[in-house]
Amino acid sequence: MARFLTKRLAGAFVVLVLVSLMSFSIIWLVPGDPTAAFLDTSATPEQVERLRRELGLDQPIFIQMLEWYGRILQGDLGHSILLNRSVTAAILERLPVTLSLASIALALALLAGISAGIVAAVNHNRWPDQVVMTVALFGLSVPDFWLGIMLILLFAVKLGFFPTGGYVPLGEDPLGWLGSIFMPAMTLAVIQVGFIARMTRASMLEILNQDFIRTADAKGLKRMDIMLRHGLPNALVPVLTVAGIVAGALLGGAVIIEQVFSIPGVGRLIIGGILSRDYPVIQGGLLFLAVIYLAVNLVVDILYAFVDPRVRLE
Amino acid sequence: MTRPILEIKGLTTTLANSKATVLEDVSFSLQPGEVLGVVGESGSGKSMLALSVMGLLPKVIRRTAGYIILNGEDLTGSPPEHWREKRGRDLAMIFQEPMTALNPVMRVGDQVAEVLRRRGVPAEKARQETINLFMQVEIPSPEQRVRAYPHELSGGMRQRVMIAIALAADPKVLIADEPTTALDVTVQAQILDLLRKLQRERGLSLLFITHDLGVIAEIADRVLVLYAGRVAELASVRKIFDSPQHPYTRALLASIPQTKGPRGRLVTIEGAVPSVGTMPKGCRYAPRCTFRRDICEQEPPRLGIVGPSQAAACLQPFGFEQPQEEALA
Repeated sequence: MARFLTKRLAGAFVVLVLVSLMSFSIIWLVPGDPTAAFLDTSATPEQVERLRRELGLDQPIFIQMLEWYGRILQGDLGHSILLNRSVTAAILERLPVTLSLASIALALALLAGISAGIVAAVNHNRWPDQVVMTVALFGLSVPDFWLGIMLILLFAVKLGFFPTGGYVPLGEDPLGWLGSIFMPAMTLAVIQVGFIARMTRASMLEILNQDFIRTADAKGLKRMDIMLRHGLPNALVPVLTVAGIVAGALLGGAVIIEQVFSIPGVGRLIIGGILSRDYPVIQGGLLFLAVIYLAVNLVVDILYAFVDPRVRLE
Repeated sequence: MTRPILEIKGLTTTLANSKATVLEDVSFSLQPGEVLGVVGESGSGKSMLALSVMGLLPKVIRRTAGYIILNGEDLTGSPPEHWREKRGRDLAMIFQEPMTALNPVMRVGDQVAEVLRRRGVPAEKARQETINLFMQVEIPSPEQRVRAYPHELSGGMRQRVMIAIALAADPKVLIADEPTTALDVTVQAQILDLLRKLQRERGLSLLFITHDLGVIAEIADRVLVLYAGRVAELASVRKIFDSPQHPYTRALLASIPQTKGPRGRLVTIEGAVPSVGTMPKGCRYAPRCTFRRDICEQEPPRLGIVGPSQAAACLQPFGFEQPQEEALA
């Protein structure tokens, strides 16, 4: 296990170095002088010169790179021009919002997706299978912003069960937090549930054709025991891969839903940065997303070893 | 004669969509403590026979006629749940592929213990009994091996685990479907010895399916020769080897490579087993039979007594030293 972890961490480190290099070069990939992005056309040469010094752009590129790495190693992602505050602080402030939204959506999607997938596989080609598959296809096809708006219209505007948007921190008011997070989490989950249900079904169907399922049948085990003890643990291996992708997507890519429900998450911060050409925010956000994906993948890799004993050999 | 532990009468199975028969009118019985070898080429229906008895036929194949009587109880009319009750208690089976027949993510000891647990053995006792069973199937250091996963064991060891699973059921009838075919030759001999030893010690009634006549000679008391889903010959193992009555049995024996005499071309049976749905009208072996006559192609021969403890489905069995009429009398 220690060797397994060391190998994965070494791989993650290499990816981080490459991503941070890309992050660093963003400012150089912008056409023309990077300062043009920060200052409008009426800026005087003195102003431009001062900004260049401030950003360290007057230094040789090699020194700039060392400084960049020195800063990010200390957790300093730079200073947001638009927000006039540290990017690290801005991301950390919004992280709990994104985390609670993503984890609730993921939990809902996994619970519903895996159950639906099992029901479909067990009833292969009968009506429960067809119902699950139709609903899953619907979930996959509906655009999330449309679904979000429809939910707001129905449950917030018409019925008044939930607020139309905004976010209440968990520490302030747990019930209010649940109310503010429930609809966006549902919307996110509906999109992913179809994905997970289809994967679980396909994986389960494949496993149910394996020889060891016939062995379990020959043992006279109950159908339910065969499904849950022999079928599901084997079928979960590919589902775990999908769950990892979904978790990454939810943590980094809930941008549209955060916008629709006016939730101040990391996604909205990054979108704001991109729209206003706030380069330190873009650079920091990129690095943050890479770290999130790597962390999720590491967790998935470790979970693999728990689900499938054959993985430990590597 | 004692009451047979397993009786198969007129068993016929059919492909669900095309109505083509896979097994046709197969009848035999298995006595308590007896080893009945079932031989045949690939496609002769051996495995379908095993799965029929277990009640595990794939959905595409249906039993359309016949009876399966276990210990005096007709299972053919019983609901699937009743059959499930019988499996893992009265019926157990060892499969051909030990590599894929075990659950890869479950410890092998647990895969044995769950059979015991199902029979109502308490958890701690099941654990002890599993170690005990591992010793009986001669797995070294059983206390450690029960915690192993299938991929950590060799093919021979996995097949021993499969045998332990079958024994855990303490079955009345054990079906072994080519249990040694997928193994190395040296391991084959070990597994065969083990099965024979366990069969004698426990007085198991064993239905042993193989395509290997050498294995049959080692283990079987009686032999059922299947050809294209029909019984060609049923006789004691001695009769099968000494005076086979069906031309197919004789051809099978002739195709065993010999080491005596000069080496020549290996003897084969010309042609191939007809596939399901393209069966000849008369004797199914007729197209490949060197003794074929016109009547062979008219209608299928019935299984008839051709001598003491010997039956063959042939219109012109070879006969014995003495005239055939005398043998029948």
